[in-house]
Order: sequence, then structure tokens, then C-alpha cells
Amino acid sequence: MSQIAPSLKNRTPLSERLDLIVSPIFAIALAIIGGVVWLYSDLDDTTIAILAPEKLQRQLVETITLGLASSLLVIAIAIPLGVLVTRKGFPRLKNFLVDTLGLAQALPAYGLIVIFFSFMGAGITTVILALATFSLLPVLRNTIVGLEQVDKSVIDAGRGMGYTTRQILMKIELPLSVEVIIAGIRTAIVINVGMSALAFLVGGGGLGETINSGLKLDRAPAILIGAVLVAILALLFDFVSALAQKHLKPKGL
Amino acid sequence: MSETLIRLENVSKSYGSGAEPAVRNLTLEVKKGEVLVLVGPSGCGKSTTLRLINRLIEPTSGRIYLDGEDVTDGDPSVLRRKIGYVIQQVGLFPHRTIAENIATVPKLLGWDKAKIEARIDEMLELVSMDPETYRDRYPKELSGGQAQRIGVARALAADPDVLLMDEPFGAIDPITRDRLQNEFLRLQQELKKTIVFVTHDIDEAIKMGNRIAILREGSEIAQLDTPEAILAHPADEFVESFLGSGAILKGLTLKKVRDIELHQVPTMSSPVMREQALETLRASDDQVALFLDANDKPTRWIDERALNRTSQPIEKSGRPVTVDLQPEDTLQDALTVMLQSSVGMAVVTDRKGKYLGCCTIESLAKLIMSDG
Repeated sequence: MSQIAPSLKNRTPLSERLDLIVSPIFAIALAIIGGVVWLYSDLDDTTIAILAPEKLQRQLVETITLGLASSLLVIAIAIPLGVLVTRKGFPRLKNFLVDTLGLAQALPAYGLIVIFFSFMGAGITTVILALATFSLLPVLRNTIVGLEQVDKSVIDAGRGMGYTTRQILMKIELPLSVEVIIAGIRTAIVINVGMSALAFLVGGGGLGETINSGLKLDRAPAILIGAVLVAILALLFDFVSALAQKHLKPKGL
Repeated sequence: MSETLIRLENVSKSYGSGAEPAVRNLTLEVKKGEVLVLVGPSGCGKSTTLRLINRLIEPTSGRIYLDGEDVTDGDPSVLRRKIGYVIQQVGLFPHRTIAENIATVPKLLGWDKAKIEARIDEMLELVSMDPETYRDRYPKELSGGQAQRIGVARALAADPDVLLMDEPFGAIDPITRDRLQNEFLRLQQELKKTIVFVTHDIDEAIKMGNRIAILREGSEIAQLDTPEAILAHPADEFVESFLGSGAILKGLTLKKVRDIELHQVPTMSSPVMREQALETLRASDDQVALFLDANDKPTRWIDERALNRTSQPIEKSGRPVTVDLQPEDTLQDALTVMLQSSVGMAVVTDRKGKYLGCCTIESLAKLIMSDG
């Protein structure tokens, strides 16, 4: 009955600790590969022109902007939407949304970007909206799942003690589902950064330009370095959101 | 005591049209300071009835009064903060410490910080848990029994007049449950809250309730009375079958040894004259006599064989009296002692151990018969 339970601090599960280690390890490994390619392969004038620092810098900024903007858009839409459809009275809307957004994700990202292009024309906004549509599902689904897995008796107790509906959401449901929701956001961020390599197709810029130039001009090192940079960026974003997940998750769970 | 604190008036609750209502036209009064137990088979609407009181379920029709005030309309959250609520699954907030859990309603009511802190410690002590040890723990570090203790502490934190308990001890192992029930009864003697208690377990109802409402489908009251009255005079077949075959045995927990007519066996104390003692024993209807020590405390059962065996001093012959009863023990205890005793009788003493008389199966049977 009165045995002393071990302190929570010593009980971070292995998977959780690995979570924070794996992304940096991969990112470093990729950086080393990129560095080796840069140092030891035959870099002709064309390759060096493709990989010009000011170009790369612009493309990096564009990729980050694309990834961040589309992810923020997804968060701003999917979480409130997920909250809304898990309230009483929306069971059909919930199923409809999950199904249709599943379809959106089943489309190739390439196709989705082109569809948006044909409606909206070229530009960064087109890419951001296309990416957001594509990665809406993981965040929405995780928000729904996260909210629905909250122990009903905890909500019942909260209501019974006089929490208002809003307080139940803010003080019980969201804190108890934050970990699952952020897991969805992580997926979305990685998708968005990765897919932003396709942004060049509709004039959205990004590191895809370098990869594309490499392909067109048959310069393997340029392709590789472009790809490595995209991957490192995606891993970096994943690492940052893993940190956020760790720190936002309430203690005691 | 007889002032009504909660009143449900012609309350109904139906889900959708056409379906049988979960609660049909129920009128129920709960008196101030009593424990009213709602008991009935599953699906009879007892939990629904409980949740109508704090409007976790809104009635389809009818009025609800709390302390004379109509609370059927108005903000349900404000109402609920005035009513303690304990459920079977406890429902502690897993992301909050024990202290934060207990502070829930006081915080909602806007108490100042120092008052809340003091109240947390007070509540933990009330439910016999050390504040130092448990304040900063999280719910997952507690056993089931401890968690429900905190559940009760949390419900009592803002000192509500009314406490609603929905099978609070239903998910707890029998030994811990028994202990929690006893602790709860002790608490209630002190606190004198008005409690509505839902259970499906008739034994628990008899143990906990000042009054019991036995409900059948649609939350219709089959019988509402004190446990004693229900056991003695079940209103109909439904109540009888719900009480089960053990009704008489259950009734034994409600009566005390002092209700019974004590039987006097021959007694003797040292120095004992053997001849004289044998004569007394033969003259009485009993097979045994009691040997009392200098303080009139019964120590041994003495029968003829023991008196005839001269090889041992009287103080050491016969069988020792191992357990004695006191007038405030229940008749169920008495029955247990009698069945275990070698002579089929149980010795009753006062609190200091002085001999008062004996409890026999016959006297027990007589008491039960006179009730029936």
C-alpha cells in the first residue's frame, strides 16, 4: 500500500531517449557524406555554379520558409478542426474529413502541386497551400485520436467538479493529448520540408532547384549535395519538434 | 435531521423519443445529514438518477431543488462546484499532482493560495495519507485504494454540503474496500454530509446507508426505508429477491449484542469447592459453567469432566475462553464466535472484561423470529 514509487525522473523510456538522438546522428552522418562529396569529387565550373553559396543560401531560406509556413498553416487549421469535430454532434463530419484528407494524401505530392498550380498559378503561396493540404491529415488524425483517447472518467470527474466545457478542453483534454498531437505535427513538418524540394516545379524556389539543375546538367555531386541538404533540414525540424514534444508533454503521464 | 436538502420532483429522463425512459417520473427527497443509498440491478437508472442531481445529465422534465432552491435551470458548472462528486473510476487528473488534484474545486471557487495549501494538507490527513509523502506525487504512483482516498479528498476539498458517490468502492479489492467503507463511515460521523450513494451491492447498501432506496427499471422506487425496516419487511417480491436469500444473515449486521436477551450460566470463582460446584452444575440446565477470575473476568469453561479430574487445579482445567463479545458488537460477530466456540455459546463482557452473560443460538433465533 505505502511502498514508495521510484522517482519519475529516472524512468524516461529508451524509445524516448532514442527519439532525441536518432535525428541528430542521421543529420551528422548526412553532413559528413555531403562534406566528403564536396571535398573529394571532381567539381567542374558548372557544378560550382550550381552550388554557388549565395544560391544555396537563398534556396535554404526558401525551403525553411516553405516548411515553416505550410506547417504553421496546417497547425492553425488541423488542430481547431480536430477539436471541433470531436465535440458532440459531429461524428459524420469527422469521418468525412478523415476519409477525404486520406485521399489527398494518397495523391502524389507532385500531382497535388500541379493541381494547385492550374488553379492558382505559379508562386510560393501555391506551394504552401499544396503542402498544407497534403500534410493536413496526420495532424488532424492525431488531434482526433489524441482527444478521443483521453480517459472519459477523467473528463466526467472534471465536469462533475464544475469545469466548464472550455476548461475541460484547455485544462484536461488538450494537455492530455498534446503528445499525440505533436507526433502528428512532427510527421507533417518532415513531409513539408521533404516535399518542398518539389516547389521549383511551380516557381516556388527551394533546394529542389539545385537538385533539378544537377539532374538536367548531369552533375551527380550537385544532386547529392542538394538532396543531403534537404534531408538535413527535415531532420533538424524533426529534432526541434521532438524537443518540443518532450517539454510540452505534461509530467505525471 | 429531517430537513430536506435535495428534492427531485417528478423528474424524468428519456433518451430520444419512443425509447423507454431511463428515469420515469421520480420524486425523491434526501434529508440533511443522511446517507441515502440508491441500489438496484444494473440498468435500473440509479447512476442516471445520481447524475441528474448535479445535472451531468439534464432532466427531460421535472424540477430539482437543492436546499430549497430550484437549480433545474442556471449554470450547471456553478451548481456542480457546490456538490462533491466521486466516481468508481476515480478520474484523478493524471497530469496534475495529488495536491493539484485536491485543489481543483477550491481553485475554481477562487480561494486564495494560502487557504488552498492549508486545505490540501487538511484533506490528505482526513483520508489518512501523509501530506509530506503524497502532495507532490502523481496519480499513477498510487494504488487503487489510495487513488480513491484522494478522490474522496478532492470531492470534499471545498467543503460541499452534498456528496454524490457513484459506486465509489466498486473497483477496489474486497479487503481494501472493507477498510475504505469503515473509514468512510467514521468520516461521515464526523462530517455529517448529505450523501447520495449509488451501488449495485445490497450488502454495501445495508452497511453504508441511513436509508436505502431500492430501485427497479426506470428508477422506480420499489422501497425506500431504513435498512432494518427493508430487511424485516420487504415491500414486495422484487425487493425480496433483490435482498437475496441471505436477508436474515444481513440483518445480523444491523443488530447489536445488547439487543439480545443474555443467558446466565452457573459461574464459579476460586476457591472452588468441587462437590458444591458439581451440584450446582447438575442442578442447572447447562452442561458448562464459567470460571471467573478475581476481576469477574471469565477465563475458562468448566464442565463435569473437568470438575471430576482432580489431578489439576480448577483454574487450569476445562477449556479457555478465547474470545469474548461486548454489547456493541454486531450479532453477526456473535454468531461467528458461537459457531467457533466449543460450547455453542459466546461470552459477553463489558468493556473492562467483566462477565455479563452468554449469547446462545436459541436467544439469537428468538430475536430473529420475533422480528420476522
